[in-house]
Amino acid sequence: MTAQQFTILAPCGMLGYGFPKDSFMRGMEHRPDAIVVDAGSTDAGPHKLGAGTAIVSRQACKKDLEIIIAEGVKANIPVIIGSAGGSGAKVHVEWTKAIVMEILQERGISGIKLAVIWADIPHAVVAAKLAEGRCEPLGVAVKPLTKERLEATTGIVAQMGHEPIMQALEAGADIIICGRAYDPSPFAAVAMHHGFDAALAYHLGKILECAALCADPGTTKDCMLGILKRESFVVKPLSEKRKCTAVSVAAHTFYEKDHPYLLHGPGTVLNLENCEFTELGDGSVEVRGSRIERTPVYKIKLEGAMKVAYRTFVVAGVRDPLLIERIEEVEALVKEQVHDYYSEIPQGEYSINFINYGLNGVLGELEPIRKPAHELGVVFEVVAATQELANAICSTVRSTFLHYGYEGRKSTAGNLAFPFAPSDVPFGAVYEFSVYHLMEVADGCEMFRCEYAEV
Amino acid sequence: MKLGEAAAVLRSKNSGPFEITVDALFADPALYYKIKDSGVINKALVSKLYNIAPERIAHIVFFDQALGFKITFARTVSSGTFLDRDVYGAQQHAPLLELELDLSQGGDCR
Repeated sequence: MTAQQFTILAPCGMLGYGFPKDSFMRGMEHRPDAIVVDAGSTDAGPHKLGAGTAIVSRQACKKDLEIIIAEGVKANIPVIIGSAGGSGAKVHVEWTKAIVMEILQERGISGIKLAVIWADIPHAVVAAKLAEGRCEPLGVAVKPLTKERLEATTGIVAQMGHEPIMQALEAGADIIICGRAYDPSPFAAVAMHHGFDAALAYHLGKILECAALCADPGTTKDCMLGILKRESFVVKPLSEKRKCTAVSVAAHTFYEKDHPYLLHGPGTVLNLENCEFTELGDGSVEVRGSRIERTPVYKIKLEGAMKVAYRTFVVAGVRDPLLIERIEEVEALVKEQVHDYYSEIPQGEYSINFINYGLNGVLGELEPIRKPAHELGVVFEVVAATQELANAICSTVRSTFLHYGYEGRKSTAGNLAFPFAPSDVPFGAVYEFSVYHLMEVADGCEMFRCEYAEV
Repeated sequence: MKLGEAAAVLRSKNSGPFEITVDALFADPALYYKIKDSGVINKALVSKLYNIAPERIAHIVFFDQALGFKITFARTVSSGTFLDRDVYGAQQHAPLLELELDLSQGGDCR
């Protein structure tokens, strides 16, 4: 390869979060070689993967993609979307693909090679790898993946590395929609496809997947430019409102990772311990010294979610100091009375839980300060095997709590202030991450099938 | 001085659905190195502050280039399921805000 630099435009930290068009167009003036955007996250919990829903609205996703695709096609550069639809499972990829196709049709764009890289992993594959001892939970908090839990898991995805994306680029794809991907992978892939260093490419990808979050002031809703060179890379904000500093870029490697400078990806460990960060004086920062090692065994991270119950909840306020004083005691008594009332239903079939905001709502058992505020926000919930059962039990919890005659009570007309009528909110299904495992594979492409379409 | 006053950034976030990671970043290198060298930020402290067993603490690491340290520990309930109270893990830094640092006394923490 003869090119001495490679420029990537990252529009925003999450497809559908939006970005100023001015910043984007300023980025296009730098004649980037690719536009890459991350669309994924597990931050919003297991529901998105379990229920097959998106993190952002269709309208927001389309609004961002319209600009990205129109400008990418005009400049004849690849557009890559990582972790399509948020969780990157089949339903999320199809959702994104439909939006892309709609934009291409509406704008009369043709002559495009579209690649879709699926990241779904069949249950049978996971079961076989588990049996071989080549699939292990990632961390002490992950529950063992029993046969029952695996069967109950609705969909399993794996985070892809750069390899399948490079394959699609080699095949000449113009637009690549990736299923679940390790966030930096789509950025790394396009740079590595052009012969640039893997360590610098992944480190740049780690920064660009959050777009302008590494700038000061940081945000995921603004564009960032990454300029990869042979021995270093430069990150450059595209809005006059922000600049990068050596510390802001160095500190970004901390963000939502378990370790500040060792980053585990598919088949690799990125080591940023000896990186140098140099301010170039124009708000951009040059980074050198990133290192990467291939792991002896290639492992991919699996994510899967299962439905565990249905929930009904109530939001209420308590202002009476006599009740606030003994709130947890009263809640325990309410629970007991509900158990007695429904003695025909085994207690294992439902759970009642109270969250007391103003006492320990956020930290729960970990809260070091045990002094309640002058008013409490009480959220109580019932989870059960069916929505009907959760509704029925929650209704009884609510009426019992509302009228419970605790010792010393003076407010004999009612204990709770409901902000809404009706007070009981049927929530729907509650999910749990049932799969969060590392699985051994032959190589980075084995599990990720690529499909092409000429548009 | 409280850690919440000393740090320019003190935040928490999920690092994956099964872990919470807390970052403390400093603007003043002298203050950062003072805290680092004092050794007050250790597993015993975090274990006490968060009421968790030391083996559930994955890392406590200082990173000089960024003038900061990171603490990562296992969640008791995974993100977004029944009994979780903080889906993004974004408000779990509070116990560290109140940590009183006595750096003049050879780095004891009260």
